[in-house]
Amino acid sequence: MHRSPRKRLWDLGRAIVRLVVDDRRVRVLLAKVGLDGHDRGLRVVARILRDAGFEVIFAGLRQTPEMIAAAATEEDVDVVGVSMHNGAHLTLVPAVVQALRQAGLDTPVVVGGIVPEVDIPQMKAEGVAAVLGPGASNEEVIATVRAAANLATGTTAGAQFVQPP
Amino acid sequence: MVSCYAHGPSTNHAPAARANKPANPSPKYCLFVYHRVEWQAAYQRSVLRDVPFETMSGVPLEAVYGPDDAEYPGQWPYTRGPYASMYRSRLWTMRQFAGFGTAEDTNRRFKELLNSGGSGLSTAFDMPTLLGRDSDDPLAKGEVGRAGVAIDTQVDMETLFSGIDLSAVSTSMTINSAAPVIMAMYIGVGDRAGIHRSALGGTIQNDILKEYQAQKEYVFPPRPSVRLVTDLIRFATAELPRWHPISISGYHIREAGSTAAQELAFTLANGFAYIEAALNAGLTIDEFAPRLSFFFNAHIDFFEEIAKYRAARRIWARWMRERFGAVDSRSLQLRFHTQTAGVSLTAQQPEVNLARVAIEALAGVLGGTQSLHTDSYDEALALPTERAARLALRTQQVIAEETGVVHVADPLGGSWFVESLTDELERQAEEIFSHLLEVGSDSMLDGVIACIEDGWFCTEIADAAFQFQTKIASGRWIQVGVNRYTDGDDHETPTLYIDPAVEARQLAALADVKQKRDDDAVRRSLERLRTEAVDPTVNLMSAFIEAASCYVTVGECIGALENVFGTWVERSFV
Repeated sequence: MHRSPRKRLWDLGRAIVRLVVDDRRVRVLLAKVGLDGHDRGLRVVARILRDAGFEVIFAGLRQTPEMIAAAATEEDVDVVGVSMHNGAHLTLVPAVVQALRQAGLDTPVVVGGIVPEVDIPQMKAEGVAAVLGPGASNEEVIATVRAAANLATGTTAGAQFVQPP
Repeated sequence: MVSCYAHGPSTNHAPAARANKPANPSPKYCLFVYHRVEWQAAYQRSVLRDVPFETMSGVPLEAVYGPDDAEYPGQWPYTRGPYASMYRSRLWTMRQFAGFGTAEDTNRRFKELLNSGGSGLSTAFDMPTLLGRDSDDPLAKGEVGRAGVAIDTQVDMETLFSGIDLSAVSTSMTINSAAPVIMAMYIGVGDRAGIHRSALGGTIQNDILKEYQAQKEYVFPPRPSVRLVTDLIRFATAELPRWHPISISGYHIREAGSTAAQELAFTLANGFAYIEAALNAGLTIDEFAPRLSFFFNAHIDFFEEIAKYRAARRIWARWMRERFGAVDSRSLQLRFHTQTAGVSLTAQQPEVNLARVAIEALAGVLGGTQSLHTDSYDEALALPTERAARLALRTQQVIAEETGVVHVADPLGGSWFVESLTDELERQAEEIFSHLLEVGSDSMLDGVIACIEDGWFCTEIADAAFQFQTKIASGRWIQVGVNRYTDGDDHETPTLYIDPAVEARQLAALADVKQKRDDDAVRRSLERLRTEAVDPTVNLMSAFIEAASCYVTVGECIGALENVFGTWVERSFV
């Protein structure tokens, strides 16, 4: 992706600041992938994470894997959360993971929504960090996203600033 | 067949209804005693089912209970039900929503449902079809035949209903953005089978406003979308006397997280908005209002749901008469379909959902629903298996055949609690109507569209959804198996497996149709669609029917209109 010199400078500055003070909040990109419009879960999760101190970038509805990869690059996120209710998770979620990797990102992907248990091993094999099913508690959502973020950065970034619920 | 108990004297043992309301809202019934007398006359004219109307132990039951001066079912303002005899004449339609895979797969499920005693068909379309995209569209990848049946051309519709007599079933089709195209295809299937259009019975959802508010399956901006809705209403008014051209739906609003009062108010407000649009298009109120139908959620709070249905009927009747000047009693009577709440189902201990669904379905029945879908217990996990879908239908059959609740209309009418809750929901809904009318400068259509455009509905619904989640998180709301009584979730529930080959099969079928059809005719009919779309006074239905008959795809029709109408992108918010 093309980035303006100004943007590069900004990114560099941000990286230096982060090296000096490790106070960065975990940045999470939340998206619905595909045509499905069931966004209740995604919106609720957005507020849960925001209230727990995460920085939420809400991409919302009808995102393609490519759009998600672009936004993840642009926003420099730590975790990508996608919400699936249309039965297309075995096709679309691996496509999201792939698009991220092709963009040179190792951002972990957390999936929420309706995913039959039998499909979870395959999704993990295709690079999904975690799957949150219906009825997941606020604590589980927060802990899962935080764990995914820590796994990715190898640090405890953000963790110390997140109030336990 | 009239039961010998049906016309017994009034026993007057129910408490007097609604002390804080004028007991006599209609000038027509100026003498109190006339209420029961009038009802009795209407009841005696009804044809009743041939079953004994008595308790299990043989106690004879009246068709309805209440003091002589109370409101009775089939009477203004219809709080107690649209008909005098309610389920004594006809049970609700047991209408189970089904659809997955190719048209052939769903056709098989339809036939099974009809064979096991279902009385109506209800079609679920896959996401690409709902959004007017073909199976070979890049954005459809992975979603073809997943959450419903894939329809690309009229060929698929012919397969979907093959071997089913369209003049003998009532068909419900849950589709909104692509509704006029799918309706045109259904009409085409009927035409080809030699069935007169006036014999086609059923419902098409065709409710676009709630898509912007809740379900989010929109394509065009609200105004041209409302025009498409109105075109279908106008067409059905002229040519499809047995068809319900719209099912104004609160179901999705509730599923998206609204409260009961919001579901009630947003749905009825959308209804008023469509009425304004149809009146603006030149229809008269009593010409089309009798064919409007509604669709509500049945959530787990039993009495609140019953109160919601009762309030809905009363509000509708008032507004229809007072604001829109309807005279025909059928215009005043709100009739509705109910579906149990998908969101109330849990993935944890899924068998418990059978109990939830039974309670929710009972609320729909006690609230006087005209048709009912009961969810399958495995729907928080995947699309239902055949076994789960059959259990769901059996739940309705137990309520209808075993419990005896169908013998007495509005059995909770007159309960101090239920009457008070009905009044409260009505009051809350009226508050929301006032807000919308204020925003729309006394036009409900303008108010609703303005509140869609500035994201008001979405924010209200998302707030309510979050508040509910907060209650669950804090344990202020108990969900059995989720935040309490969590042990015992130890065995796997079998789920429906959809063959990934479905997509390939559908793509091959579509390619075959595209190769065989007359390309010139396709081009001509799309050109006609584009030309007519520019003029908002033209009814597009005839152009859709022509296009469908030339095997133009759903995606081609919607794509042609997108060129004229543009597309809608929702305002971002969290």
